[in-house]
Amino acid sequence: MAAIVEPTIFELSSPGRLGVTMPASDVPETVLPPNHLLRSDLPLPELAEVDVVRHYTRLSKFNYSVDDGFYPLGSCTMKYNPKINEDTCRLPGFLYTHPLQPIETVQGNLVLMYELQEWLKEISGFAGVTLQPAAGAHGEFTGVLMMAAYHKSRGDSKRTKMLIPDAAHGTNPASAGMLGMSVVTIPSDERGNVDLKALAAACDDTVVGMMVTNPNTLGMFDEHIEDVIKLVKDCGGLMYGDGANLNALLGIVRPGDLGFDVMHFNLHKTFSVPHGGGGPGSGPVGVSERLHDFLPSPLVGIVEEADDETAPLYGFVTPKQSIGRMKAFHGHFGGGLVRAYTYISMHGPDGLKDVSQYAVLNANYLQAKLRGTYTIPFDRICMHEFVAEGQFAGSDVRALDIAKRLMDYKFHPPTNYFPLIVHEALMIEPTETENKDTLDRFADALIKIAEEAKTNPELLHNAPHTTPFGRMDEVKAARELVLCCWLPENYESMK
Amino acid sequence: MTYIPISPTERDAMLETVGVKTLDDLFEAVPQKHRFPKLDLPPALTEMEAASLLSEMANTNENVREHMISFLGAGAYNHYIPSVVDHILRRGEFYTAYTPYQPEISQGTLQAIFEYQSLMTNLTGMEVSNASHYDGATATAEAVNLAFAQFRGKRKKVVLSPSLHPQYREVIRTYTQGMGVEEVGDDVSIDPEVGPEAMMSLVDENTMLVVVQYPDFFGRIHDYTKLIEDAHAKGSLVCIVANPTALIMLKTPAEMGADIVVGEAQPFGIPLWYGGPYLGFFTTKKSYVHKMAGRLIGETVDNRGQRSYVLTLTAREQHIKRERATSNICSNQGLLALASAVYMSTLGKTGLSQVANLCYQKAHYAASELSKIDGFGLCFSEPFFHEFVLCCPKPADEVNEYLLEHGILGGYALGKDYPSLENHILMAFTEMNSKQEIDTLVEVLKEME
Repeated sequence: MAAIVEPTIFELSSPGRLGVTMPASDVPETVLPPNHLLRSDLPLPELAEVDVVRHYTRLSKFNYSVDDGFYPLGSCTMKYNPKINEDTCRLPGFLYTHPLQPIETVQGNLVLMYELQEWLKEISGFAGVTLQPAAGAHGEFTGVLMMAAYHKSRGDSKRTKMLIPDAAHGTNPASAGMLGMSVVTIPSDERGNVDLKALAAACDDTVVGMMVTNPNTLGMFDEHIEDVIKLVKDCGGLMYGDGANLNALLGIVRPGDLGFDVMHFNLHKTFSVPHGGGGPGSGPVGVSERLHDFLPSPLVGIVEEADDETAPLYGFVTPKQSIGRMKAFHGHFGGGLVRAYTYISMHGPDGLKDVSQYAVLNANYLQAKLRGTYTIPFDRICMHEFVAEGQFAGSDVRALDIAKRLMDYKFHPPTNYFPLIVHEALMIEPTETENKDTLDRFADALIKIAEEAKTNPELLHNAPHTTPFGRMDEVKAARELVLCCWLPENYESMK
Repeated sequence: MTYIPISPTERDAMLETVGVKTLDDLFEAVPQKHRFPKLDLPPALTEMEAASLLSEMANTNENVREHMISFLGAGAYNHYIPSVVDHILRRGEFYTAYTPYQPEISQGTLQAIFEYQSLMTNLTGMEVSNASHYDGATATAEAVNLAFAQFRGKRKKVVLSPSLHPQYREVIRTYTQGMGVEEVGDDVSIDPEVGPEAMMSLVDENTMLVVVQYPDFFGRIHDYTKLIEDAHAKGSLVCIVANPTALIMLKTPAEMGADIVVGEAQPFGIPLWYGGPYLGFFTTKKSYVHKMAGRLIGETVDNRGQRSYVLTLTAREQHIKRERATSNICSNQGLLALASAVYMSTLGKTGLSQVANLCYQKAHYAASELSKIDGFGLCFSEPFFHEFVLCCPKPADEVNEYLLEHGILGGYALGKDYPSLENHILMAFTEMNSKQEIDTLVEVLKEME
């Protein structure tokens, strides 16, 4: 029997215990529906409020978070989440408005959405923005649907191939796969750019377009991005920009100006929406003029122009050739859009440029400190992140061991084993919200770990040592597939 | 203001280490003619100014707690959320953590989501639950993806109930537009009084999935047992889109034989928030677990012999399988799954039963009082839970407008989705609606000219 560190909420249950209860009914009683329509039992826990609070408080302490310390997960942009956002998104006027209220009663929400659309257009250089997608991958799917709809509207039915660099996030090929497109992988060259020769060879009249992350997952801004875009456009393809790495580009360059046709934003990366232990995210999508009419419906627009006496009336509009609706209602309004709006309004144009400049400074500073101890396979000025190799000549220590050992030094590990084109990759993104002392301590820890790899590799193979839990048996989890638990009194019968 | 904790002196020292003179020097790879655009955005606000601006915007809205009595549901419901829920959500350890890819330092999130999965399977009666989808509509679309994968694309037809939420039907169509799938059955001009059995004539050997809602979009409670039996006889899977509050009281979809049970868990501890973020739940039978999209938490042990939890069966997912993944889903609704788990735990078996009973009682009181008004009546005779369709003597939009003038947010006017139901309003009732509010509604409608 495994030792139980914290019982489940089911194991903590005791029949008859009460938590929060409801007022008695104030209306005359109606009989319930006939028995055959009712459930026979409700196997859910019974706890007092204090039991619940202590359980979740104890659980929370098993987590490492941005509020605890440095969290340099590459391509995840784990920046500090400003506390004011938590207050603004919970204002009663936002919390308690129903998505189907008449537009006249929710002008505050609609103005916020309209302005955020406008701001994201300005930041990215695009002609239109939808706020509907729920997360980055959902935004990608939206973008790919629009690309397909664009070609279809022109009667161009031959296009079935999506070009994707080998450094891409897994969501890119998965999004194209959801539309049954075939994926053609384009290699990177020795400087971490898209290999132009390979790209030219893949470009033909069957290309839907290309999905590019720029800067890419090596943290490299493609030195020939304009040539890449030209090649794709010359064969009639569309350019998709994966906005996961937009934190490097605010006020630096606008993807729309470079010639991208469509890009998703990750409000939960670039614009400080917290990651929530795996969501909710928010993935608005920007498009160029030629894709504008294909945006999901509805968008927020002005439905009655202002005159001398009244403000404009904001409402919903449907683009002419819309791909349709991506989710119910209007996107992640409260948790995503309000927080991002707050963040952008507090930064202004200069503050946003600072964000990207310092994000890039921090990454280059760490890269400079680690150069010499760790191999940097693509070694040039990076953008907001860089990739090091987590391996040493003559040692069996791997990136995984280094990642786990970093936990003993009270740091969250970098992303590891991604991108796939670097052996034992450690992908490090410090973000702009870390100070020099933290970066110095992190670099020192990695240099010390490199030393430990030589002198005491076992220490690394068995790490972490100081965390509440050690390494998990992932094979057992997949083999036994225990995916839920039950109330103790039901355990035997349910199993 | 910004959140950059670096002084000018520190910046200069760091630039020197990097080997460049200025911050601008870091961007030489960016094409010069597009480098450093001047962004036309409003100037930066301080925290105090931003707080005041956002308050002002929020106050421009009329909300359902302070300004209006609300009877609007149709997929988003005004329920009481125990104080505990937001106190737990506001713990930085939960909301500022990433997806739990490093289980040694993410057991809080992992165990909480494992418990969420357990609560959802116990509620629906199904065998497995994933860690969440974006919302009820996208969870339903992912059920279509599961069925498509299950039949390896060989079956192409999805039969949709016309009384499935109109926006869910739209989302399914958006999701499947590249798959060569045919959606049938939801021609809204057909008589909405027709029961679920009518759908069977459309189910054949080419049908991969039948999708019905429970209670349906009009609030009606159908027992789908027979429909599911018949669909299974044709080899088709059946997905039930369920309201979780109703499931507290009603026969479980598992008892009816459903293969997939999905829905919108917003009623479980998530504010209305003008439509999102919400929480799509997705439960199914264990035999379909390899075809299911989304994250999944499984129990295991660590190398110290302690029970612990990890993301499992990740080979289904996009970061491993890339273009062959069952879905591209990555970030989902982790924090909101936590919210609903805390909601269910805090109310517990007793509190939840009280919530469901109050919803039922208030709706039935309202139905009985509203039916007494001349010209008004219930449109359908089937049993209902906490929503029903009210037939009005004039167009629903006019009735709603009149109600709004009296501080009442009426129901959902059905005419825009169902042309034959122009005078019909879908009304929702929860524990938040007092008898007095319902009486006010009745009085105001009595006075309507």
